[in-house]
Amino acid sequence: MKRFKTTKGLIGIVVLLAIALVAIVGPMVIPPDAATAMDMHARRAPPSLAHVFGTDQLGRDLMYRVILGARTSLEIAVSAVVMSIVFGLPLGLISGYFGGFVDNVLMRLVDTLLAFPALLLALTISAVLGPNVQNTIIAIGIAFTPFLARIIRGEALKVTQMPYVEAARASGTTDGMIMVRHVLPNIRPALIVQGTISLAFAILAEAGLSFLGLGTQPPAASWGLMIQASRDQLDIAPWTAVVPGLAVALTVLGLNMLGDVLRDILDPRSK
Amino acid sequence: MKDIVTVDHLRVEFSTDGGTVVGVEDVSFAIAPGETLCVVGESGSGKSVTSLSLMRLVEFGGGTIARGAMNFTRADGSTLDVAAASPQVMGGVRGNEIGMIFQEPMTALNPVFTIERQLTDGLMLHKGLTQQAATARALDLLKSVRIPEPERRLRQYPHELSGGMRQRVVIAMAMACEPKLLIADEPTTALDVTIQAEILALINRLKRENGMAVLFITHDMAVVAQMADRVVVMYRGRIVETGTVQQIFENPREDYTKALLAAVPKLGEMKGKAQPERMRLIGDEAARAAQAAPKARKPKVLLEVNNLTTRFPVKGGILRRTVAQVHAVEDVSFSINVGENLALVGESGCGKSSCGRSILRLIEPASGEIKINGNDIRALRGPDLRRARVDMQMVFQDPFASLNPYRRLKAQVAEPIQNFGLASGAELEARVLDLFDRVRLPRDFMNRYPHELSGGQRQRVAIARALALNPKLIVADEAVSALDVSVQAQVLNLMMELQEDLGLSYLFISHDMAVVERVAHQVGVMYLGRIVEIGPRAAIFDNPSHPYTRSLLSAVPIADPAKRRFADDLNFKPISSPIHPLGYKPAPSTYAQIAPGHYVLQN
Repeated sequence: MKRFKTTKGLIGIVVLLAIALVAIVGPMVIPPDAATAMDMHARRAPPSLAHVFGTDQLGRDLMYRVILGARTSLEIAVSAVVMSIVFGLPLGLISGYFGGFVDNVLMRLVDTLLAFPALLLALTISAVLGPNVQNTIIAIGIAFTPFLARIIRGEALKVTQMPYVEAARASGTTDGMIMVRHVLPNIRPALIVQGTISLAFAILAEAGLSFLGLGTQPPAASWGLMIQASRDQLDIAPWTAVVPGLAVALTVLGLNMLGDVLRDILDPRSK
Repeated sequence: MKDIVTVDHLRVEFSTDGGTVVGVEDVSFAIAPGETLCVVGESGSGKSVTSLSLMRLVEFGGGTIARGAMNFTRADGSTLDVAAASPQVMGGVRGNEIGMIFQEPMTALNPVFTIERQLTDGLMLHKGLTQQAATARALDLLKSVRIPEPERRLRQYPHELSGGMRQRVVIAMAMACEPKLLIADEPTTALDVTIQAEILALINRLKRENGMAVLFITHDMAVVAQMADRVVVMYRGRIVETGTVQQIFENPREDYTKALLAAVPKLGEMKGKAQPERMRLIGDEAARAAQAAPKARKPKVLLEVNNLTTRFPVKGGILRRTVAQVHAVEDVSFSINVGENLALVGESGCGKSSCGRSILRLIEPASGEIKINGNDIRALRGPDLRRARVDMQMVFQDPFASLNPYRRLKAQVAEPIQNFGLASGAELEARVLDLFDRVRLPRDFMNRYPHELSGGQRQRVAIARALALNPKLIVADEAVSALDVSVQAQVLNLMMELQEDLGLSYLFISHDMAVVERVAHQVGVMYLGRIVEIGPRAAIFDNPSHPYTRSLLSAVPIADPAKRRFADDLNFKPISSPIHPLGYKPAPSTYAQIAPGHYVLQN
């Protein structure tokens, strides 16, 4: 059982490192126009020696596009999730810890945001701010914040009722210190799980925005944009969907494995 | 007469990540009709595994019966080896010929079904009764377990019944098919002492009337003394000693049994003793003899509580407005002297815990006065209140929940000192070391996490943390209730030793009268938020004067089979509700002094 946990973690780390390596090294090795160079004679070419992953409807090489798109997709997803944690964590923590009036005000705010579908919210923000990478990050980050805040609040509420929090209060620990020393470590497992799931959703949210013309701007490549572009040719050129789809799936898989292992490593009880 | 059940060399294994763990090994016993066999042991002794094996329920918990036979005499006189029976056969035996009562009366009943449904299901399944006949039988059963207003109960849901009534329903369910063997696994552990007395008397009466055999699992030696015909003492999955209840209590052969019995406080054994005494522990006689004669100090009041009242709002309606109030603590006054203990005793919901937490202002009292060393706690705000907590600390009931699972013990014990910036660096390290020494924990435990410790060790850490600020008062809220009896004795002795050394005072909140009799200087009995009787320990135990104190004392089981108390059916007055509508003005508590320092509530 223990060995399985570590192999699982190892696989996760290896997969993620490989993806990160490709995302970082890829743009240095591949000429920048490789992903946008069109070959009208080889449109929708299936995988072959010339084009290992095949080509899309404009004859662009999918291998180059998926490698160069990795950077855009991951950059947006990671930044957006970090942003949602930066806002959502304190919001949920304070709400759950203090409860009462503070909780009511903050959670009504969060509920208002939750009332809009996350993608619609991201869409609106993105439309207002204008389509570029930075604004896409802000849009997705804000759209994901209420979900995170809700989950953190629930966990914080549960932990705050534990006797060790009362014991800390009785021994003169200030509210801020109780949150940092006692509540935060105990909600970390939930945070890790939610964070890794959010990363996967953020990649897809970026795809949605790109599809609507608000995320990554063509001809630049991102995984989401590629998946969306493959939509009308699934029957004649399935590889155009499979290649970026696999990239997303592999990333999510690696993240989940790493998340599970991280949670176990951080839990002193699992040793 | 033929035994109802004989268990022969039973061995139960559990397969875990770390390999095979033996749950019980080489367990053999027999129970005759009309006999109560008590299996007693501390946590992890395998007593519950034994009872679950007999029902073949142990398999659902991942266990396997590796060896042994369990021969059960069925209703038709044939013998069935339960260990080898098929699941189909067991389905006909379980709940039909063997009845079982579980520890937790709330979780043993399904909250979404009425009492009638829960009772009639088994009757229709096992006995093939029609709906009408089953309902009639269910009513008879409720009458036989003496539930008040049985017709109305049939239509009620479990949450509408009190804990005692729920356990009576569970017993009625177990009795529904007139089993030959009743297995009761800690049936009264979660119940208050008066309800425990009722339930024990009920089990005794049903056994007598039906000639059942009873397998009674418990950790409580006092309950064993009251209930058992024969006793099996278990330790770490093995039987230590078997004998009649008289043999076990008067003439135990094994050291483990002796140690177990020695650690049990017996109500009434402190008669005529003015000062609290440490618990008896085998191998600790020297320490007990060395117990310092109490220093004659001039009584000086440390904590003074006057007219303390604490209420909780009951919210209701769409707007979640306060519609009523729980009068948790109602006009309570007492004082504690330096170096002395006041015990607050009472049943669950009487307000003793709320009282202790109000004093530390962990919950906000509605009115009243709390003075520690003349310092008015209720007048303090913010930082001043924080500083005042240096003088008073708390130890909680649940040693598993009162330590943060993610922090090293060193950090948790050091936290109070750091909070007030009293020491840092090497000095802090030295103080934490000293605290670990004081509570007799090995120094290398400092770098461990809570889950690596046993319950008793964790409670020592909690005590070390409470001592870190050199407080004058420690509020111990059921601090030893969750511990095994021998561990409980050790922790109590530690607390008393610390009191002698450091001149501490304890507000000792407990439901256990036998423990209170041993450790308290003063005793306050609480009922419905009020102190109904308060005075020196000897006065309360020798001359209980309030009717509630008397009924409470009469319900406490005594760890002596010669003093059986629950022969007949008991029915204590149920505790009424402390919830009152808004604006309800309760009468103030007025007391009559019947002896020096001994006060009894008048209204």
